[in-house]
Amino acid sequence: MLELKLNQLDFPLLSLLIFLPVVGAFLLLFIKNAMAARWVALVVSIVELGLCVPLLLNFDSSTAHMQFGENMPWIAAWNINYCLGVDGISILFVALAALLTVISIMVSWTAIQDRVREFMIAMLFLEAAMVGVFVSLDLFLFYIFWEAMLIPMYLLIGIWGGPNRLYAAIKFFLYTLVGSVLMLIAIIAVYFAAGHTFDVLALMNYKFSHTFQMWAFAAFFVAFAVKVPMFPVHTWLPDANVEAPTAGSIILAGILIKMGAYGFLRFSLPFFPDAALAWTPAIMVLSVIAIIYGAYMAFAQTDFKKLIAYSSVSHMGFVTLGIFALNLQGLEGGILQMLNHGVSTGALFLAVGIIYERTHTRQIADYGGIAARVPVYATFLMIITFSSIGLPGTNGFIGEFTILLGAFLHYKPYAVIASLGIILGAGYMLWLYQRVAFGKITNAHNEYLADMNAREVVAALPLVILVFFIGLYPNAAFSVMHASVENLVQHVNAKMASAPAVTQMLSTVVGN
Amino acid sequence: MNSTDLIALLPYLTLAATSIVVMLAIAFYRNHKLTVFLTLAGFVFSAASMGYASGVLPREVTSLFIIDRYAFFYLGLVLLAGFVVAAISFSYLEKHPGHSEEFYLLLLFATLGCTVLAAATHFASFFLGIELLSVSLYALAAYLRHSNKSIEAGVKYLILAAVSSAFILFGMALVYAEAGSMSFSVIASRAAGPEVHHLPFLAGIVMIIVGLGFKLAVVPFHLWTPDVYEGAPAPVTALIATMSKGAVFALVLRYFTRIDIHQHASLLAVITVIAVLSMFAGNFLALLQTNVKRVLAYSSISHLGYLLVTVLASGVLAQAAAAFYLTAYFITTLGAFGVVTMLSDGTRDADSMDDYRGLVWKRPWVAGVFTAMLFSLAGIPLTAGFVGKFYVVAAGVGSALWMVIVVLAINSVIGLFYYLRIIVVLFTRTGDESPALQRTSRSGSLVLAVLTILLVLLGTYPGPLLDIIKETVLF
Repeated sequence: MLELKLNQLDFPLLSLLIFLPVVGAFLLLFIKNAMAARWVALVVSIVELGLCVPLLLNFDSSTAHMQFGENMPWIAAWNINYCLGVDGISILFVALAALLTVISIMVSWTAIQDRVREFMIAMLFLEAAMVGVFVSLDLFLFYIFWEAMLIPMYLLIGIWGGPNRLYAAIKFFLYTLVGSVLMLIAIIAVYFAAGHTFDVLALMNYKFSHTFQMWAFAAFFVAFAVKVPMFPVHTWLPDANVEAPTAGSIILAGILIKMGAYGFLRFSLPFFPDAALAWTPAIMVLSVIAIIYGAYMAFAQTDFKKLIAYSSVSHMGFVTLGIFALNLQGLEGGILQMLNHGVSTGALFLAVGIIYERTHTRQIADYGGIAARVPVYATFLMIITFSSIGLPGTNGFIGEFTILLGAFLHYKPYAVIASLGIILGAGYMLWLYQRVAFGKITNAHNEYLADMNAREVVAALPLVILVFFIGLYPNAAFSVMHASVENLVQHVNAKMASAPAVTQMLSTVVGN
Repeated sequence: MNSTDLIALLPYLTLAATSIVVMLAIAFYRNHKLTVFLTLAGFVFSAASMGYASGVLPREVTSLFIIDRYAFFYLGLVLLAGFVVAAISFSYLEKHPGHSEEFYLLLLFATLGCTVLAAATHFASFFLGIELLSVSLYALAAYLRHSNKSIEAGVKYLILAAVSSAFILFGMALVYAEAGSMSFSVIASRAAGPEVHHLPFLAGIVMIIVGLGFKLAVVPFHLWTPDVYEGAPAPVTALIATMSKGAVFALVLRYFTRIDIHQHASLLAVITVIAVLSMFAGNFLALLQTNVKRVLAYSSISHLGYLLVTVLASGVLAQAAAAFYLTAYFITTLGAFGVVTMLSDGTRDADSMDDYRGLVWKRPWVAGVFTAMLFSLAGIPLTAGFVGKFYVVAAGVGSALWMVIVVLAINSVIGLFYYLRIIVVLFTRTGDESPALQRTSRSGSLVLAVLTILLVLLGTYPGPLLDIIKETVLF
C-alpha cells in the first residue's frame, strides 16, 4: 500500500516547481521590452530546472512511496485536497518537462519575433501546468492541470503557428476535450463509488466492481488514448505538430503526449486492473497497428515535421505495447521509452526548428547535401537519427529492447510484428537523413547555409548527452523508477488475484 | 403583518423606495450621473439590508412570500446583476441620443420583479413578479427609440411574453379550480393526491410549464431569444439573459424540488426532453451564427439545458449545483455582455465578428476579459464555469442520470467549438494593430475587472461560496 511521505525538505519543493513559472509569467506582464522578456523567461526556466537538482538528489529510490508530499485541504465541501507527491515514475517527467522548457525557450530566442512577451507567458504557464499534471495526487487537482494545459498550448499553436494554425489549434483542442470530458464524468463516478474521495492513493486501494471498472476504464482510456495518441484518434497530432512553432512542437511531442501514457500508469492500471486486463488484447492490437501504420505513413511524408509526427505515433505504439504487457520489463521499457522519445523527438523538432529558421521550408525535397555546409548540424541530426532508430549505444535501443522483451513474455505474435516497426523506423529515418544531409546540393539557398550557432549548440547539447548517457548507463533511469514499477506490478497482480469472480460483482455502478 | 415581517422585507422595501426616489429625482432634476448614483446606491443598500434582515430568517410574510436563505441567495444574485447592468449602462447610454434616466427606473422595477419571484409562494405574488419583470423588459428592450432593431426586439418580446403570461394565467385558473387554493404549498400537497390525474389540473400545470418555458427560453419555447438578444440594447440583453432567467429558475427549482419529480414519470420525461433538446438545439444553432449576440443567445439556451439537469437530479446536491452554476453563469454572462456593451458605440452594438477581429492586439485587457468569459462559458478549468459544470455533472452522476450526462458532455464539446471560434477571431491579425482610440469607460472597466477576478476566484477557490450555498439549500 502506497502512502504519502511528507516532504523531506524544509520547504515545499513541489509547490515551488508549480508556482515559480506562474510568478515568472506575472512578472512578464510588467515587462515591455522583448529582449528582457526573453531573459526573464529563460532565467525562470533555468531556476526551475535547477530546482529539479535537489528533487533528484533527495529522492529516495529504494521506496515506492510518494515523496516530497504536500497535503492541504482545498475545497473542503467536496473533500478535495491540494495533494502533491512524486514517485520514481513522475519524477523523471518533471525533470524532463523542466529541461525541455529551457530548450524550447532558447530555440525561440530569434525564431519568435512577434509578441515575445505573450509567447513567454504562455510557455511559463504551460510549464506550470505540465509539472502540475505530474505531481498531482488528487484527481480533481490533476484534472484542473490536465485541462489548464490546453489553453496555453492552444494559444501557442493558434497565434505563433504556421499558415494553417487555426484549423490545427481547434482540432487539437476539440480532440483532447472529447476525451477529457468523458474522463471528467468517470472521475466524478469514481468519487461517488469510492465514498466521496478524490485521493489518488486511497483510490488505488479501493476495489471497484467489475462492471464499474469496465466503464470507468473505457472513459479514462478515451482521454489518455487521444493524448498518447493511439491509432484511430491520432490525427490531431500531425496537424498540431506541423503548425505549432518549434517550441510548441518540442513540448507537444516531448511532454504532452507522454501524459496519456502517464495517465495509464498512474490511474488506469492501479484503479481498474481487472478492466485493464480485459481490455489488453484490444489495446495490444491498437498499439501494433499504431507502430506499423505510423511507420508506414512516415515513409510517405514530404514534410519534415509531419514525418516526425508520424514517427511519434509509431514510437508511442511501442510505449503502450510495453505498458499493457503488464510485466516489469514491459512497464520499465515503456517508461524509459517515454523518456527517450521525449529526448529524441524533442531533439528532432529542435533540429527542424534550427534549419527552418534559416530556410523557411520544411519540405524534405528542398534539402540535400547540406552535410558538407553545416557539419555540426549534420552530426547533431545524425546522433538524433540513431537515437530515434534505436541503435545500440543510444537510449532508443534500450527502451525498445526492454519493451519487446516484456511483450515477448506474454504476447509473442505482437512482439514479432512490433519488431518489424523497428526495421521500418530505421528505414524512414535513414532515408530522411540521406535525403537531407547527403547527395548533391540541389537547392541554391543551401550553398550558404550557416551552421549551428553557440546558442543552438548549448540548447542541443543536453539532449545529445542524454542520448548517450541513457544509452550507455540505462540503470540511472531504471534505478529511479524500479521500486515504483515493481510496486505497480505487484499491486495490479494482487488486486486481480484477490478480486471476486466476475459474476458475483454485478453490483450497482454507483455505490454511494 | 408586524415589525419582524417588515424587517424580513427590508431588501424589497429598499428597492421599492429607491425606485420612488429615482422617479422623483428625475421629475425634479434630470441628471444622468445622479440617477446612476442613486440606482447603484439603492442596490448597495438593498444588499446591505439583507445582512440585517437575515437575523429573522426564515419567515413567511403574509401568505404571499417566504423569505428564507434560499430566497436571499437569489436575491443577492439578482442585485449583483442589477448593479452590474446599471454600471455598464452608464457609458453605453451616454453614447446614445435621448433621455437615459428612465432606463434605470425600469431596471429597478425589473429587479424588484425578479426578487419577488425568488420569494414567491403564491400565485398572486408569482404573477405579480412575472408581470413586473416583463412589463419593464418590454420597455427596456425597445429603449433605443431611434433604432429599428430595438423597437423590433421590444415588440417581439411584448407579444411573446404576453402570450406566455396568458398561458400562465389560464394555467393558474385551471389549477385553482381544481385545488381550491393559490398557495404553492397547498397545490404541491394536492399534487400528491388523486386530483393530479384530473384533466384540468394537469392541463393547468402543463400551461404553467409552457409559460415558464418561454421565460427560461428553453426549447421548444426559445424562438424569441435570438431576435430579442440581437435587437435589444446590450445591457438589456445582459439583463434578460441573467436576471430574468435566474429568478424564474429559482422559482422552478424551489417547487420542483418540493414535489419530488422522480415520483412523476411523465413530468420527468417532459423535463428530460426539454433539457436534451435545449442543449442540442442551443449548441447546434449557435454553430451557425455569425453575430456575437446571437451566438450568446443560443449558448444561453444550451446553458439553461445544462441547468435543467439539476431539476432532474433533484435533492440537496442538485440544489447546490444549480445555485453555483447560476452564480457562475451570472458572472460569466454579465462579463461577456459587459464587453459587448463596452465595445458598442452610438450607432450600433458591437455584435458582428468583425468588431472583434484582432481585438487582443488593439485592446488587450478587454479581449483578455472576453477570452476568460468565453472559456468559462465553455467550462474550461480555472474559471467559475468549470466548477459549475463539474457540480452539475456531479449532481447528475449522483442521481445516475447517465444519458443526460453523456448528452451534456457531448454538448460541452460542441459548445467549445463556437467559443473557440470567437477566441480565434479575437487573436486574428488584421494588419492594423494600432491601439484603439475609443476611450474605455472607467466604471465599466472596473466592473469587468471585478467580474473577472470573481470568475477566476470561484474557479480556483470555490470553498467560501460553497459554504454559503450549503446554508441556502432547502431540506
